[in-house]
Amino acid sequence: MSSILLRPDNLHGDTVLDEPNYLNWKSTVASWLLTKDHKRIAVMYFFSISFMFLIGGIAASGIRLALVRPHDTFFSSETYDKMFSAHGIIMVFFFLVPSIPATLGNFLVPLMIGAKDLAFPRLNLLSWYVYIVASAIMLGAVAFGGIDTGWTFYEPYSSIYSNSNVVAVTFAVFLAGFASIMTGMNFIVTIHKMRAPGLTWFRLPLFIWGMYATSLIMVLGTPVVAITLLLVTLQRMFGLCIFDPSCGGDPLLFEHLFWFYSHPAVYIMVLPSMAVVSEVIACFSRKRIFGYEFVAFSSMAIALLGFFVWGHHMFVTGESMYAGMVFSLLSFLIAVPSAIKVFNWSATLYKGNVWLSAPLIFAIGFILLFTIGGLTGLFLASLAVDVHLNMTYFVVAHFHYVMVGGAIFGFMAGMHFWWPKITGRLYPEGWAIVTAVVMFLGFNFTFFPQFILGFLGMPRRYHYYAPPYQFWNDMSSAGATIMAIGFMLPLFYWAWSLKYGEIAGPNPWGAKGLEWTVPSPPPSHNFDEIPLVTEEAYDYKAIHAAEIAGDYSHLQFDHPFAEAKHSDKPTNFEEH
Amino acid sequence: MSIFELQREGFASQRLAHQFEEINQQNECYIVGMWTFLVTEIMFFGALFLILSLYRMAYPASFEQAHAVLLVSFGLTNAVILISGSYFMTMCVRAKMLGDYRMTQLWLGLTLLCACGFLVVKSFEYASEFKDHHFPGPSFHWETTTPGAYTGSYSSQFSTTMPANAVNSAAVSSTYSAPVTQNLNMHKRQLFFSLYFIMTGLHAVHVIIGILIMGTLFFLIRYRHPSVDDYMPVELTGLYWHFVDIVWIFLFPLLYLIGKQ
Repeated sequence: MSSILLRPDNLHGDTVLDEPNYLNWKSTVASWLLTKDHKRIAVMYFFSISFMFLIGGIAASGIRLALVRPHDTFFSSETYDKMFSAHGIIMVFFFLVPSIPATLGNFLVPLMIGAKDLAFPRLNLLSWYVYIVASAIMLGAVAFGGIDTGWTFYEPYSSIYSNSNVVAVTFAVFLAGFASIMTGMNFIVTIHKMRAPGLTWFRLPLFIWGMYATSLIMVLGTPVVAITLLLVTLQRMFGLCIFDPSCGGDPLLFEHLFWFYSHPAVYIMVLPSMAVVSEVIACFSRKRIFGYEFVAFSSMAIALLGFFVWGHHMFVTGESMYAGMVFSLLSFLIAVPSAIKVFNWSATLYKGNVWLSAPLIFAIGFILLFTIGGLTGLFLASLAVDVHLNMTYFVVAHFHYVMVGGAIFGFMAGMHFWWPKITGRLYPEGWAIVTAVVMFLGFNFTFFPQFILGFLGMPRRYHYYAPPYQFWNDMSSAGATIMAIGFMLPLFYWAWSLKYGEIAGPNPWGAKGLEWTVPSPPPSHNFDEIPLVTEEAYDYKAIHAAEIAGDYSHLQFDHPFAEAKHSDKPTNFEEH
Repeated sequence: MSIFELQREGFASQRLAHQFEEINQQNECYIVGMWTFLVTEIMFFGALFLILSLYRMAYPASFEQAHAVLLVSFGLTNAVILISGSYFMTMCVRAKMLGDYRMTQLWLGLTLLCACGFLVVKSFEYASEFKDHHFPGPSFHWETTTPGAYTGSYSSQFSTTMPANAVNSAAVSSTYSAPVTQNLNMHKRQLFFSLYFIMTGLHAVHVIIGILIMGTLFFLIRYRHPSVDDYMPVELTGLYWHFVDIVWIFLFPLLYLIGKQ
């Protein structure tokens, strides 16, 4: 792609940002609220989910504060129950599920496949509005009484016994589900039908494969949890009985239907992160992703297998032993495509010209944490071990390693990687690296002790615990403080970079991909002319060879290793 | 009519939205999008059908007794109404593709009539079920006569539910003549009726949405609004309407017919 290799002097300078782009073509409130531009909707989604993340984070701080002492006196036990429920529901349904697809996905899918917009721009905007209404109902429900069922809404507690705002919350989650269905439908159609000429399936960036797999889960799984929660709502409102044991209903059926979505939902959260990590690793190791097809198909395998493992949440809740054995086996199987990805990323880094930039540090953090989260998942998928570990902090630690360590590290990697594309300016590299390290350390401090707590037998969701557990709980709370600082830092330096950051230019990383061929920030219509794609994704051979030879002229700002590489690498060395 | 056929000349004109490159791409996007939406709908109703089947397997006797009192004549009438509606819808889509506004309006009007007719029949059916105290909840109540006594006809049911002290007699009978098991079975029938009302209710909601969409389309077509120059809105409405129809085609036998010898 010739435009990528344009010399920087042509593009550098303040004039770039004065050209009309999606951010500055109009600045009225109406032009934002009524926009059909996928990039603006992505930005609006980013602010909305960040706000919800903040609320969920405050609830998490409350939990960690309560658990500092074995017999907490800050909160009543009712408040504690409502805090962890609010934390779980907000983080899962209002942050993690829409996080990468609705922000980075919305922004990048049309850019990466060479389209002017998503296939259904109005549906995309509607998705944001539905999400906002759902969030408002959710926050209202939390403000006026809260909910104490936990994020799983288990029956019959949620429909008969709970004395909190179950109806409002289940309805809010129902609506949020539709927001994600709309996003998923839009992506599926866009990826199938809107690819630029020459962009075959196996030339697609792996981010698109990840988004496609995610969308499949959204479209197939979300309606099931929507109807299930609707049934809970109807039971509470009209006294119908579906899952109520007093009229022959089966609470276990609720769990089956709930986990049929909510286990694949974990892959809705982590597949996009894997998609981001594939992009970041390819770019910063200057290599084509090792085993591109395997990584692409492992996304699809995870999406499909993910629908057949839900029973591993129910080993001890009354599921048949034989069903448990099958689900255990299937859960082990899904480790295979996940491992394929991890090995292929490692193999990509091996002998690459690695540039240890902030997004790559986040991505490596993702790989490490996801590996720990995934391997401990195997403990929980083993029937006998699960009997001991189920409903303990081991489970809490495991899914936080996957959902925070996996999903949020991927999200941060992606936000940093595409920040110059979204805003047109570079974030301060030093601060970003500090953040990555602080978050990684804080995260491990918070959640590794919880593995130990769980192994020692501390049950999850309890307000009070036995004094011997205090040491590990205090360590976890201390780690949470560090992690909170890690999450605050980007707020400041991202805001700073909007005004003072270095002008990024179209392609600050020397990355491959159609999104890097357009100016940063991109114009409203994305492409002046629909591009013709003639090469594979991640064709970094030329750039790699040039960098090995010490030529960094394709970069638009100073590569930190440019000088060092020039002196200590033999110039005739080439990687094949 | 396939998309391929539509590439012939003489078909209704179409406008290209800004995000698309060519008209075929736009049409394919709309069609694929609609089918994707229908897949979500299938998963939505699929969960309910799964619940119905599982409970039916668990409590075959109670469920059979319960569905024996559903009014088959009403269900059958509605099935006929919806299938005719589907035929009218197909004709409507064809007329719109050929650019024949008058016929489009006629067929669409007939489909609308069918949709409204469905709701009218359904509301009478619901009314009689409410009158019989078959809506689940505290007021649910079940006569202790043998299931064979229900022939499914409207009038015979009416006569058995007429006594003013029906509620009391049922309460008495469940505590004295037929003790615990009878009571339990009544609850399981409540389970059936919960599912019945939720499934048919959600289907009715889909019919109402269909009426809103088709009503809007009807007026847009009547006034030759430029947004319906394109045949796609009618085509997509047609797909949706056929789906609503098919849901009933599954609901009708599963709720009304199965188990009747």
